[in-house]
Amino acid sequence: MCTTCGCGVAGVRVFGPGQLGPAGHDHGADHGNGHDHGRGHGDGHGHDHSPEDRTVQIQQNILAKNDRLAEDNRAWLAGRGILAVNLMSSPGAGKTTLLERTAREAGTQLGLTVIEGDQETTLDASRIEAAGCAVAQINTGAGCHLDASMVARGLHALDPRPGSVLVIENVGNLVCPALFDLGEAARVVLSSVTEGADKPIKYPQMFRGADLVLLTKVDLLPYVAFDTERHASDLKLISPGAQILPISSTTGEGLPAWYGWLAERAS
Amino acid sequence: MHELAITESVVQAVTERLPGRPIACVHLEIGAMSGVVADSVRFCFDMVTEGTTLEGAKLDISQPAARCRCRDCGAEFEPEGAIALCDCGSADVAVLAGQELRITSVEVV
Repeated sequence: MCTTCGCGVAGVRVFGPGQLGPAGHDHGADHGNGHDHGRGHGDGHGHDHSPEDRTVQIQQNILAKNDRLAEDNRAWLAGRGILAVNLMSSPGAGKTTLLERTAREAGTQLGLTVIEGDQETTLDASRIEAAGCAVAQINTGAGCHLDASMVARGLHALDPRPGSVLVIENVGNLVCPALFDLGEAARVVLSSVTEGADKPIKYPQMFRGADLVLLTKVDLLPYVAFDTERHASDLKLISPGAQILPISSTTGEGLPAWYGWLAERAS
Repeated sequence: MHELAITESVVQAVTERLPGRPIACVHLEIGAMSGVVADSVRFCFDMVTEGTTLEGAKLDISQPAARCRCRDCGAEFEPEGAIALCDCGSADVAVLAGQELRITSVEVV
């Protein structure tokens, strides 16, 4: 990990548009861009602690650095009028399939661009690119979530245009990504009918922060034992304000409402 | 296992704040509703501090309990488990305590 900013340079790789081949690492080339290494350093210099006074008050949020970088991202995005959405779910809930269809059906209208987060491969970015959408891929290596410094590098590689919609597809994981602010304006969590209705109550941290829950793969409801009412009532216990939107990226059910949700927030 | 990244953030924050100062003890607050498992942080701590000024330091974690206030009936209560549900049936609650994730202090050698 980079000891200056903690951006995990040793393991994290970022691929911008047009770099999705089996390219190697891009360490160094863009490292440092967009980061602000100045702030926060140097605090505590010059203190002198006598042997009797060995306790130094720190009183700092453990995630302070990530939160600061997330605020930098948020300010950068807001300055350009870009709506950034943090899209989260377990692996296989249908994030990439939803984004492929979104890119094909509403990509131009929304000015959609995508940052893909996965531990390894550029497979998802290639799918999004094939759907006609500009995309950057972040590979987190051992990392189980995206953090704000990775997204800063993704923004630099992607350079989304002002007034557009940016969807950041987080690493498939219902636990860790919940904790890390990326600078997004909204959090959208996918919950698929094939995973079972108990996900909100089993992973409350993730669902507590959701602005919108997309119930995906609803075309499969006739074939799976999924209790839609229980899912909705459990979600209400965890996150009373979260809206639920049932969708199917196969049949297209509910997708106009999803596009509308994005368009409304982008305006 | 986001506790690895969390523990790395602790080491980084302390070494930035007190460059070169050997650390004897680190005091953290990890609230019951913070989403971070204190035992996992303890598990990572020795590995993450190896070769740093925190190597060999003691790790002291206090774990404030969760406390909520119901926005409907105004009652204050300590939720059981991860779901904050008031006795009146409302889930519309403000979290007053339990989300702490802080480095409170360190003891230097």
